[in-house]
Amino acid sequence: MAFYMIGERINGMFKDIGEAVAKFDPKPIQEWAIKQTQAGAAYLDVNVGPTATDRVKSMRWMVEVIQEVCDTPIALDSTNYDAIEAGLEICKKPALINSCPCERPKIERVFPMAKKYGAKIVALTMDKSGIPKSADMRVAFAMELLAAADEFGLAPDDLFIDPLILPCNVAQDHAPEVLEALRQIKGLSDPPPHLTLGLSNVSQGTPHRPLINRTYCVMAMTVGLDSAIMDVNDDELVDAIATADMLLNKAIYCDSYAKVFRQR
Amino acid sequence: MPVDILKEKYTGKVQEVVLGATKEEGGTRAYTVKLGGSSTLPFLQFEGEIPNRPVIAYEMWDIKPDWPDCFEEVYGDVWNDPVAWAKKIEELGADVIYLKLKGADPELDNSKTPDECAKVVKAILENTGAPLMVEGPGNPEKDNDVLQAVGEAAAGENIALGVAEKDNYRSIAAACMMGKHCIVGRSPVDINILKQLNIMLTEMGVSPEKIINDPLTGGLGYGIEYSYSIMERARWGALIGDKMMAFPVVCLAGPEAWRAKEAFAPVEEAGPGWGEQKPRGIMWEAMTAAALLQAGGDLVLMRHPEAAKLVKKHLEGLMVSNAY
Repeated sequence: MAFYMIGERINGMFKDIGEAVAKFDPKPIQEWAIKQTQAGAAYLDVNVGPTATDRVKSMRWMVEVIQEVCDTPIALDSTNYDAIEAGLEICKKPALINSCPCERPKIERVFPMAKKYGAKIVALTMDKSGIPKSADMRVAFAMELLAAADEFGLAPDDLFIDPLILPCNVAQDHAPEVLEALRQIKGLSDPPPHLTLGLSNVSQGTPHRPLINRTYCVMAMTVGLDSAIMDVNDDELVDAIATADMLLNKAIYCDSYAKVFRQR
Repeated sequence: MPVDILKEKYTGKVQEVVLGATKEEGGTRAYTVKLGGSSTLPFLQFEGEIPNRPVIAYEMWDIKPDWPDCFEEVYGDVWNDPVAWAKKIEELGADVIYLKLKGADPELDNSKTPDECAKVVKAILENTGAPLMVEGPGNPEKDNDVLQAVGEAAAGENIALGVAEKDNYRSIAAACMMGKHCIVGRSPVDINILKQLNIMLTEMGVSPEKIINDPLTGGLGYGIEYSYSIMERARWGALIGDKMMAFPVVCLAGPEAWRAKEAFAPVEEAGPGWGEQKPRGIMWEAMTAAALLQAGGDLVLMRHPEAAKLVKKHLEGLMVSNAY
């Protein structure tokens, strides 16, 4: 698989999902699980959101109801690692842990857990002091994360390193720094780690969201991005990714390339 | 400190396709063969599984073929009788019988009708036990009619019908689905068209475990390196998870090799430096097949039994696992 699309939609921050989590109503969650799977999602991100009172219980319930309707692997998205572990215990397919920053206590909690359950990790190039501004600092964190992976018996490609993009209308200077970071992180190990981004962040608060998302995604793919947490139901975005994937010679061209890109 | 050897990790594998059906499976074949199934590059057992030895098919026609003279001593006694010919190649050690229905070519006088072709196929099936592949005469309209009749006559035997091409695949695919047969999809040494053809076949409802690909290979000295790079690219696609590039591949080593003057030219024309024609032709065919197997062929079609024996021996060596 050349590009891993991680569907962002099952997140309690969205109103319909937030309500569903609060009321334990599986319907909206299952509908989005199916819809994102049909659009070609490699993982379904699952975040209980702010309305959940018991995040461990809600996470387990969400994983259960999703697995009732599809077998797409799940990205367990939480800052509560007990909730993530509750999800890992019942995930039928190897999961993705979203996420772990470059902070020692969290690494020591998350990396052994990934090893135990055969999961992969979205690893963030930041620590307690926040998101670095320069490419250099992002790369330095990535190197630390890769060293930690080795220490805990994980392979470099068990990591999806996320160099963290910020909205272009508030931190425009981050966009080229992230591109440079992606390019350098790809060269840190062989095999290289996966590279991902929370793509929708780049356009947060702007009136041109789909255009900015797909333009930046294609730019980032040329320097090694092979995954994104994104709106997989944005057809123009997925078409752009499928086209970039083909033009980078990762997928063999055929007339139906954009259609087959969505088939898993 | 122990050294970890870095090995490629693949996420995909070549689709496994079963050819033939035994009595228990609704047919009458003595055995079945499996094509494909590899999860590594050809013969690199240390990086994945190669569950099935590449298959050797022997070529025969339904009429006397226009092959070089050296085939007279091998098949001259049987090539006017398709059943006798089929039995002979089975005795010679063919894994699969590959029948080309050249006799139905509308360009020929007394071109055979679809019904006559179906009778030939039926008679061969009644008198042999090896799985069968049938190729039409190579005229799109006639191919459609002939293969439909053959598909009906051989229903349940899980034979392979070919060849389907981008502009002519619907009736052949329908005949395969009706008779539960495999289909051979061919593209003219064009990986992009081959992938598109596979997509169209699956969209029509042909099951992936029934699709075989013929990328149309060249013979040694005549573009084989181009075939090699296309087949390598397709296998690479299969191994990284491209399911539409993951079908087992047949290579027409015999027919292509014997088109080369290096194979068929008599020593008087070729000059003494080239050596005697017969051993030269056999080696030309065997070398063509060996190269195509390295490129990822899952079935090689052979014409001369001596060449086929050389390839079989070669394959036995290649199938000894080098895993560590």
